[in-house]
Amino acid sequence: MATTFDAHTEAAHAPHDDTHRLSFAERWLFSTNHKDIGTLYLIFAVVAGVVGGVLSGFMRWELAEPGMQVLPWFTQGNIDQAYHLWNVFITAHGLIMVFFMVMPALIGGFANWFVPIMIGAPDMAFPRMNNISFWLTVAGFVLLCLSMFVPGPPGGNGAGTGWTVYPPLSTSGHPGPAVDLAIFSLHLAGAGSILGAINFITTIFNMRAPGMTLHRMPLFAWSILVTAFLLLLSLPVLAGAITMLLTDRNFGTTFFDPAGGGDPLLYQHLFWFFGHPEVYIMILPAFGIISHIVSTFSRKPVFGYLAMAYAMVAIGFVGFIVWAHHMFTSGLSVNTKMYFTAATMIIAVPTGIKIFSWIATMWGGSLRFPTPMLWAVGFIFMFTIGGVTGVLLANGGLDTYMHDTYYVVAHFHYVLSLGATFAIFAGFYYWFGKMTGREYNEFLGKVHFWLFFVGTNLIFFPMHFLGQQGMPRRYPDYPEAMAGWNEVASWGYVVTAAGMVVFFLNVAASLLAGRRAAANPWGEGATTLEWTLSSPPPFHQFETLPDFTRRAPAH
Amino acid sequence: MAAGKTHDFHILPPSPWPIVGSVSAILMTTGFVFWWHDEAWGKWVAMLGVLGVLFTMFSWWTDVRNEANAGFHTPVVQLHHRYGMLLFIASEVMFFVAWFWAFFNAALYPPAGEAVGGTWPPKGIEPLDPFVYPLLNTLILLLSGTTITWAHHALIHGDRKGLKQGLWLTIGLGVLFTALQAYEYAHAEFGFSGNIYGATFFMATGFHGFHVIVGTIFLAVCLWRAYLGDFTPRQHFGFEAAAWYWHFVDVVWLFLFLSIYIWGSDFGRAAAPYFG
Repeated sequence: MATTFDAHTEAAHAPHDDTHRLSFAERWLFSTNHKDIGTLYLIFAVVAGVVGGVLSGFMRWELAEPGMQVLPWFTQGNIDQAYHLWNVFITAHGLIMVFFMVMPALIGGFANWFVPIMIGAPDMAFPRMNNISFWLTVAGFVLLCLSMFVPGPPGGNGAGTGWTVYPPLSTSGHPGPAVDLAIFSLHLAGAGSILGAINFITTIFNMRAPGMTLHRMPLFAWSILVTAFLLLLSLPVLAGAITMLLTDRNFGTTFFDPAGGGDPLLYQHLFWFFGHPEVYIMILPAFGIISHIVSTFSRKPVFGYLAMAYAMVAIGFVGFIVWAHHMFTSGLSVNTKMYFTAATMIIAVPTGIKIFSWIATMWGGSLRFPTPMLWAVGFIFMFTIGGVTGVLLANGGLDTYMHDTYYVVAHFHYVLSLGATFAIFAGFYYWFGKMTGREYNEFLGKVHFWLFFVGTNLIFFPMHFLGQQGMPRRYPDYPEAMAGWNEVASWGYVVTAAGMVVFFLNVAASLLAGRRAAANPWGEGATTLEWTLSSPPPFHQFETLPDFTRRAPAH
Repeated sequence: MAAGKTHDFHILPPSPWPIVGSVSAILMTTGFVFWWHDEAWGKWVAMLGVLGVLFTMFSWWTDVRNEANAGFHTPVVQLHHRYGMLLFIASEVMFFVAWFWAFFNAALYPPAGEAVGGTWPPKGIEPLDPFVYPLLNTLILLLSGTTITWAHHALIHGDRKGLKQGLWLTIGLGVLFTALQAYEYAHAEFGFSGNIYGATFFMATGFHGFHVIVGTIFLAVCLWRAYLGDFTPRQHFGFEAAAWYWHFVDVVWLFLFLSIYIWGSDFGRAAAPYFG
């Protein structure tokens, strides 16, 4: 990657460029530059995404047909240990994709790169703290990877607890150090995210250029503002919960152990008080990116700007008071289930505002479909499917039937793998030229999209059927009757993986031989401030702040 | 764009402390894990990690102090610091929410089993008498809230002697609070492990006590800086942040005192008698 970024040392039009005075370590290890840190986050997210994606490859391979045929290779034929290895894989896959792929890409990567630019700021409010947010995320990833290779349950390595780390499996079920390392992994990544959230909120509140009022601010910056508040207020509760796990595991406390008066359900409440806002933490930045892309390629301002902004605020607020819909089968009272059902379904209202406003933005627009727009429209389509199955699962009665089946797996992969991930690729292609100074290959981008679109739908759509047939989550084996759709899903993985090969080829070819990107390759639909800067932007942009007190910024 | 910036924001040079701190954090956490799992090397790796984290904090905040004294902290940068500290305290509040949640989960709905017996405090547990040392500690912390305000007013009015006196008193009261907590912990009739009462009591009050110690150190750094001649009546954010933090630990204590100590001991009726 370094060669690409050297490109802008050559670019004579980049004024006051002092990157050449920095050594490699100063620039990439000790960075205090929001764009360089954003680049580091994106590279890290790609690396973690490959690890998490390879793990899911082994999972789909194992599930391609009934019986245990793949995982026993890793355990010298021991079936019990192969079952445990399955648990380790699903745990690592979930934690990696949530904490080390989606969040670093959307918040660490794109928000670091573009929130300061979009609001007309020269950098983040706390540039040095920005860097420890990144390195703590890396530290968390190191600990999680380490945990896979140290003892967990008796006779096996790694944490097989699922990403939710529920006791008693995570306490008495895993006496070895693996779960402690996984817990500390979450502590460190969480600390990094809290510091990042403080940084984004302060930046957005204090560093908007003159005249860039909150009600004129681009929707991606709005989405990050709401996301940062969710992080700030939910992650410390997770930190408390997993600290209780640590003391239960190592110091004999009984927070979650009924023998000492504790309550395993307490953990579930604390976890999901964090866990539900967490799903909006992953999707709100995606909403922000999609708004920009749909507006750009419809060549129209986004429909209902203020409603779009406050819909995200509403989703963020209501997201804090719906957590127990993850616990419908844990023995909650009927009244509690009624409340959480109703509150959860209310979220469909602001989410509907967003979906319909994107459609209204396209309506009558001058539409073009380059690669980012394909991903954006794919996002709207797929996220809507995931949202509709979510409304269904919100019903406490129905969920009793659906809970912990593949229907749930299908639902959350439609909003994450086909939602958040589609938005990541949309943003990646939308801003690739801006970030690297090189144009990506449009043909390869479209091939990537179609392979990924077809592949992921092949993986996850049949899971709705499997779930309704009663196939449970988190099992590496299943009856013969479920073989057909499982095989389809596994072939879907092959198609998706082929799409990713095209993606990496495209990135490599574009970085090495791509055409120089113009400041604004997207034309008059691209109105936010990043398109007023060179591609890539100067090392420090806006050394004199832009002034919007006399002319309003576009959003 | 001319040769230099024309805005008041703080553009920083590269810094090694973030990555040094993160590597230290890996060593500290990994060391603790293996120490707890009876690996001999774990202790030393954990110690090394703790030293690295402390070294990072010292070096980083020394840089911040030097930047402040060099005039980089323009009014807008000071505003950043205020926002940052308030948001950090907000996240700390949510951390304590987790501990209060665990406490009320057990105390409002005491489980019927043998360990608790359907009542709170649990059968066989004699809580501390809230109206002896905890009440004294409440008064100590409330008093320390007034002495830190005294120091602040002295600072604003250019009274350096008053600033130091107020800080000395606040730190002294903080140390006294910690000492009394340690005394009570040593004399508690219930243990940390084995029962939900001890788990919620010691973790909630223990994390509060840890925050008191951190706040005391923060105030001590301010006192040291006061002797070095730092802080002006117009610019003294480090002092303000320490004061805010101190008020925050004070407020957390009030909630602990009311809920865990007073209500959680049935207004002292279930407590072990201190006298007689």
